[in-house]
Amino acid sequence: MDFEYTEEQRLLAETLRRFLATGYTFDARAKIVASAPGYSEDVWAALAEMGVLGVPFAAEHGGFGGTTVDMLVVMEALGEALVVEPYLATVGLGGQFVARGGSAAQQARILPALIQGRAKLAFAQTERDARWDLRHVAVRARAAGDGFRLDGEKCAVLHGGCADLLVVSARTAGADTDARGISLFLVERGAPGVAVTEYRTLDGLRAADVRLSGVAVPRAALLGAEGQGLALAEEVVDYATALVCAEAVGAIKYAHDATLDHLKTRRQFGVPIGSFQALQHRMVDILISYEQARSIACLACVKVDTAEPAERRRVVSAAKLKIADAARHVSQEAVQLHGAMGMTEELKISHTFRRLTLLAQAFGDADHHLARLAACG
Amino acid sequence: MDLNYSPEESAFRDEVRAWIRAHLPDEARDKVLNYRELSKDDLLGWHRTLATQGWVAPHWPVEWGGTDWTVVQRYIFEEECGAAGAPPIVPFGVRMCAPVLLRFGTPEQKQRFLPRMYRGDDFWCQGYSEPGAGSDLASLKTRALRQGDHFVVTGQKTWTTLGHYADWIFCLVRSDPGREKRQEGISFLLIDMRSPGITVRPIALMDGGHEVNEVFFDDVQVPLENLVHEEHKGWTVAKFLLGYERMGTGNIAVCKRELARVQALAGPLLDDPRFRDRLTRVEVELMALEITNLRFLDQLRGGRPPGAEVSLLKIKGTEIQQALTELMMQAAGPRALAFRPVDATAAFDRFTASLAPRYCNVRKATIYAGSNEIQRNIIAKATLGL
Repeated sequence: MDFEYTEEQRLLAETLRRFLATGYTFDARAKIVASAPGYSEDVWAALAEMGVLGVPFAAEHGGFGGTTVDMLVVMEALGEALVVEPYLATVGLGGQFVARGGSAAQQARILPALIQGRAKLAFAQTERDARWDLRHVAVRARAAGDGFRLDGEKCAVLHGGCADLLVVSARTAGADTDARGISLFLVERGAPGVAVTEYRTLDGLRAADVRLSGVAVPRAALLGAEGQGLALAEEVVDYATALVCAEAVGAIKYAHDATLDHLKTRRQFGVPIGSFQALQHRMVDILISYEQARSIACLACVKVDTAEPAERRRVVSAAKLKIADAARHVSQEAVQLHGAMGMTEELKISHTFRRLTLLAQAFGDADHHLARLAACG
Repeated sequence: MDLNYSPEESAFRDEVRAWIRAHLPDEARDKVLNYRELSKDDLLGWHRTLATQGWVAPHWPVEWGGTDWTVVQRYIFEEECGAAGAPPIVPFGVRMCAPVLLRFGTPEQKQRFLPRMYRGDDFWCQGYSEPGAGSDLASLKTRALRQGDHFVVTGQKTWTTLGHYADWIFCLVRSDPGREKRQEGISFLLIDMRSPGITVRPIALMDGGHEVNEVFFDDVQVPLENLVHEEHKGWTVAKFLLGYERMGTGNIAVCKRELARVQALAGPLLDDPRFRDRLTRVEVELMALEITNLRFLDQLRGGRPPGAEVSLLKIKGTEIQQALTELMMQAAGPRALAFRPVDATAAFDRFTASLAPRYCNVRKATIYAGSNEIQRNIIAKATLGL
C-alpha cells in the first residue's frame, strides 16, 4: 500500500500546473470562453507539446502508457484551472473507445493524430429521453450495401461541435432500451447527413445536438463487434467518470482555497470574517468534504484500472455519489461564504460553482449512482 | 499509488487473523457483538493475552515492548481486531499515559510504570474533565498543594470512564492557583486509586449502563515522585497528549463491522430505497474515510506527520458510528422496543434489546475526547489559520 506519487507523476503535475498558472489565467480563460470556437488551439497545441494528450495511450502510438492515477494528476490540475478545452471528450472518452475497442488500423489512424493534437473526438450517446442510461439508444443503424445507414438524434454531446470524429452509439438490433444490439461507430463530423447544433453550457464549455439523417458509414467504421457495444461503453464511461471525479477534486480545491482566502481578508464589524466561529466551522466542513472527495477519487482511479467489472461499477458509482455530494456542498458553501461577491461573473468562484454543478451531474447525478449501487447489490 | 496490500502485508493479515481466531475468548467476543458491558476481567484478560503475544502496544519503542510494525501493519492489526469483535484495548494506560511517560517521564517512572502497564497489572483511567472544566479544560480547579514530600489533592473529576475499574488515574491538577495565565500552574500527576480520600461514584447514563464516574479527592496524599514533567508545566503534557490522541484509527474497523451487521439485520428492508440510500451514503462516507485515514498514515510513514486535519478522522468517524447505530435500531423496527425483561429468567432477545440503548450510548462519541465542535475549532485554528 502506497499513496505517494511517482517522480514522473510529480513532474507531470508540476509542468502542467506551471503552464496553467501563466498560460491559463482567469482572464485568459474568459477570452477563450468568449471566442468563436470556445477553446484555444494554442492551448491544445501546448497540451500536445507537453505530452498531456498522450498520457493514457500506449507508447506505440506516441503516448505515455500512463495509468489512471497519472490521469488523476492531470484532471486535478485541469479542474483547478477550470480548463474548457475538449480534454475529457477527446482523451477520456473518444480516444478511449479507440484505444480499448478499436482495430489496429483504427488505432494507427486515429491515436497518433489525437496525441499530436491534430484530431479531436467526442462521444455521441445521450438522447432526449435517455437521461444517464447507456442502454437507452434509439438511434438506428441499418445495414446498407456493405456498410450502415445511421438515423436519429443525439443530444448534449460534450464538445461535439469541435470534434473531428464522433463515436456514435446506434442500435443495430433490439428495442430502444435493450442491453444487446448496441453498436459503436466512428463518424466524421463533416460527413453528409450529420447536422451539428453547437451551444454553450453553463460552465463555459461547449456541447452539441447531433442529427443523423441517413449517414452512410462503411463497415470499417464499426468500433468493436456489432451489437456488443454496451460493455465497452460502460467501461469507457466508468473510466471517464473516475476522471470527472478527479477533475471535481481540483475544482473543489480551488473553491476551498479561494473561500479560505476570502475569510481571512474580508473584514466586517472591524475584524476578518474568518474570526467568527459560525463561519470557521463551515469552512472546516468544506475542508472535510475536500479531503473525503480526494480520497474517494483516488480509490476510483486506482480501481478503474485494476478491478473486475462488478467491483469497478461499485467503486465508480460510490465515488461519483460522494463527489456529487461534495461538489454540491462545497460549491454552495463557497458562494454563501463569499457573500454577494460570490454571485458575480467577476469572480472565479462563480465559475467554479457552475463547473462543479455540472460535474455533479456528469455521467449521472447522486440519485443515479445510488440506484446503480443498489443494482450492484 | 497502490491501494492493494503487498504479499508481505497480506501474509501479515493472515497471521494476525489466525492468531486472533485462536486466542479471542468466545465470551468476550459475544459481549462485544451484543453490546454488553465488558467487565474489568474481560478487558484486562484480552489485554494480557495480547501482552503475552507481544502485541499490546505496537506503537511503543521496541525497547519497551513495541512491535516495530509499519503503519500499514498497525492498521491491519487494528482492522482485524475490530472485524473479529475483540474487546478494545483500554487506551488510558498504553495509548495515553504511556506516550506521556515515554516523552516526559524520568527513568525511574518509566521503569516503575511501563512494564506494569504493558502486562496489564494495573487498570488506568483519565482524570481530566471536571464539573466546571469540560471543553474549557484549562479552567480546572482540582488543587494539588505541595506539603513536604507529597502533594495534597482536593477536588473533583468527572466523566471518568471506567474509573470504577481503575487502579491508577492520571490527572491534571492546579498546583499553583496564583498564576495569571490559566494554562500555567497546572501539573500532571499519577495517583493510586487506593489512596485514602478517594471516592468513586457512578453516573447513571440514559442507556442504563455504568461507564462513567465522578471521582472525589479529599486531602489525598500523592508522593512527589508521581509528578510527571516539571511542576506547573502540566499543560505542555496535556497538549502533547491531545496531539497523540487524535491519530486513533480503531473506529474505522469497528464501523466496517457494524455496517455489515446493519446490512445483515436489515434483510428485506434493503429493498426499500429510503432505507437503502441512507445506508449507502454512510457506506460511501466510510469508504472515503478509510482512504483518508490511510493517506494520513502514509504521510506519517513518509516522515511528514499530518497536522490538525487528522481531527477530521474523529469528526467523520464518530458521525458514521452514530449513523450506524441509528440505522441498526431502525432495521430492528419494533423489536428494538424491548429493553429489559421484567422476569429475568424469561427467554429474551438480548441483541435486538441492546440496539436502542446502543443508539443512546453512542451519542457520547461526538462529545467525548474533545467534542466535534472543539475538533472543528482545532482544525480552524491550526490547519486553516483562522
